[in-house]
Amino acid sequence: MRHVISILMENESGALSRVAGLFSARGYNIESLTVAPTDDATLSRMTIVTNGTERVVEQITKQLNKLVSVAKLTDLTEVPFIEREIMLVKVRAVDAGREEIKRLCDIFRGKILDVTDASYVVELTGDDHKLRAFLDTVGGDNVIEVARSGATGIARGDKSLKV
Amino acid sequence: MQRLLSTGTYHRCSTPIGLLYFDEEFKVELSGGELLMEALKEEGVELVFGYPGGAVLHIYDALYQQNSVKHILVRHEQSATHAADGYARATGKPGVVLVTSGPGATNAVTGIATAFMDSIPMVVISGQVQSRFIGSDAFQEVDCVGITRPCVKHNFLVESLETMADTIKQAFHVATTGRPGPVVIDIPKDFTTPGVTVPFEYPKTVEMRSYSPPTQGHPGQIRKAVDLILSAKQPVIYSGGGVVLGNASEQLRAFTRELGYPITQTLMGLGAYPASDKQNIGMLGMHGTYEANIAMHECDVLIAIGARFDDRVTGEIDSFCPNAKIVHIDIDPASISKNVTVDVPIVGDVGMVLTAMLEQIKASEKRADPADIASWWSRINEWQSDKCLDYQLDDKLIKPQAVVEALWRETKGDAYITSDVGQHQMWAAQYYGFDNPNRWINSGGLGTMGFGLPAAIGVALAKPDATVACITGEASIQMCIQELSTCLQYSTPVKIICLNNRYMGMVRQWQEFAYEKRYSHSYMDALPDFIKLTEAYGHVGMNIENPNDVEGALAEAFAMKDRLVFMNFVTDQSENVYPMIEAGKGHHEMRLNPARELA
Ligand SMILES: Cc1ncc(C[n+]2csc(CCOP(=O)(O)OP(=O)(O)O)c2C)c(N)n1
Ligand SMILES: [Mg+2]
Repeated sequence: MRHVISILMENESGALSRVAGLFSARGYNIESLTVAPTDDATLSRMTIVTNGTERVVEQITKQLNKLVSVAKLTDLTEVPFIEREIMLVKVRAVDAGREEIKRLCDIFRGKILDVTDASYVVELTGDDHKLRAFLDTVGGDNVIEVARSGATGIARGDKSLKV
Repeated sequence: MQRLLSTGTYHRCSTPIGLLYFDEEFKVELSGGELLMEALKEEGVELVFGYPGGAVLHIYDALYQQNSVKHILVRHEQSATHAADGYARATGKPGVVLVTSGPGATNAVTGIATAFMDSIPMVVISGQVQSRFIGSDAFQEVDCVGITRPCVKHNFLVESLETMADTIKQAFHVATTGRPGPVVIDIPKDFTTPGVTVPFEYPKTVEMRSYSPPTQGHPGQIRKAVDLILSAKQPVIYSGGGVVLGNASEQLRAFTRELGYPITQTLMGLGAYPASDKQNIGMLGMHGTYEANIAMHECDVLIAIGARFDDRVTGEIDSFCPNAKIVHIDIDPASISKNVTVDVPIVGDVGMVLTAMLEQIKASEKRADPADIASWWSRINEWQSDKCLDYQLDDKLIKPQAVVEALWRETKGDAYITSDVGQHQMWAAQYYGFDNPNRWINSGGLGTMGFGLPAAIGVALAKPDATVACITGEASIQMCIQELSTCLQYSTPVKIICLNNRYMGMVRQWQEFAYEKRYSHSYMDALPDFIKLTEAYGHVGMNIENPNDVEGALAEAFAMKDRLVFMNFVTDQSENVYPMIEAGKGHHEMRLNPARELA
């Protein structure tokens, strides 16, 4: 199963490599990993999307929690949550295709950021499912380049990840 | 300039009070090197095992000018870590290591990993190149924090002289609390420059928001566990190294005796419960006793205490304790349900949890049906009557098992025994019945050959009045043999019991069983004359070839209380370690000693 895990960790040099090293040393999957400081500059928030059986994911959360630099952890997939990722995609846009892509952009609530006579750069926000749906609809032949940020997420309602 | 002057004062004064230079807040001004020494003193560190070099020259200079911390100069940084490790295992206090940057740090890695795998509290201080040179491939630069990251509990690169005291405090705190482990502090050389000082005050407490090890177990879980334990028909207590590390031997004994259940201990847990006690059914696992492993296979309730279900213990996981409900007490949540799914996990300090459980058991009316327990014991007694550890004596060849038994008699079962890795290690574990914790000191997790001698140095320095023996093999001992020199310098009268079978016996045994006796590179050719070698290092060497000489030689060697004696026992080359669970087999599929019936 796919899990989205968010952690708050001490914002110190090497913190990222502790997490990355843990995943490679223990053979866990990382689908994506994002990290940035929070409102509290001493803390970074990291969101990891991983895949594994329940047993493996339980180990992943325990091993992450065990890292001395990790202050708090939540498996967002266990609660109602919002997942967002930003994708910048350069698509072929010629002839009738130009109108079609623009229409798709509207449907997916994307933004066209750059235009040439043969291509658009589209910005799209959503969860993994939506971003992939957009790429599928545009069609592999029309996709020139994809830059995805990796997912970040937050729980719905009152629950919060705070130290 | 100002700073230089203040240090000038520091170095010229000889009385302790004269060392003090006060700033406005009346704190002592110290350089990084001096600060480190003061911090070690505050932490109660008596011994530091180390080896100097460029990046730690300032620190060694500060070390030279104080006398509360004693430094032990080893002959290789690997030995510094093993010696500190042995010190820690014997005392329960953190072992402290000091090495230089680059090769000093990389040499220490084997010992750090050894300590990590066995959860030994250790603080390793490594020098680093000057902070402005980090990342420039400077002379003797390695990314020590990067290299050690996967084999430490935590590590720090000191960021400034100002934060150094806090970092040291945190390092000791992390190393010694929760599930213990090694912590590395990497100190750039410029933070230890003489004359560059900060006001020093060692933090009294430590607060780390991201680190709070558990203590008490969850009361609900404890209740559930007690319920299950008291309704068992065929229970087994399986205790591990966590009991030794958690200093919970007393609690384990009280708990086990109250219940009257059989107890088996892991390689790392030996001694926490007395081997000579009738409830003890021996070690379990790959070279555990027949009765312990069969009891594991047959039990209906397994009570795992400070043990981690290591693959050498469980055998083939699919056939592990097929009928058991499992209670697991451990301080590390990540140990729980890692290899084997358990029914009642309890996260907490083993001593505290055992105390809480024992109170509940005593308060409870409920007891397991005595008839069930009696018939369980009679089955176990039947398995015991198989005498799986019996072996056949020979009148020409020395049997290694017999040497260990004779050593037990000579030392009245009360020595500190370190060991290396191989057959001799297993024979030591099987035939030296440990009645007390912290006495059996071996590298169980990483299985590091070379551990035994330096670890024995650490033990001998920690326990100057104790008897210390290192049970080793002729291959293992050569991995850190240079420490014989350290032994001379610090007069550590270790007795080296070398079970010399002219083979990497454990490797040869596997090749005999699984590779049709193709003994690929397991033969120890061109062995040195260990007696001459020992003598060259200034110690006593003894050669023992006749089974009838074993007792007398041991008596003679142990009578030399203040000498290191290297006892080279020329043993039967063909002897194997039995019983054995081979790869892919379960607890109920043991290979037993074919010579057993003849014994
Ligand atoms: C550093 C290291 N290298 C290799 C091994 C693999 N190994 C395990 S036991 C062993 C042989 C040990 O031989 P010896 O010390 O003579 O002990 P014996 O088994 O003969 O008692 C070897 C090579 C190891 N455990 N550690
Ligand atoms: Mg050998």
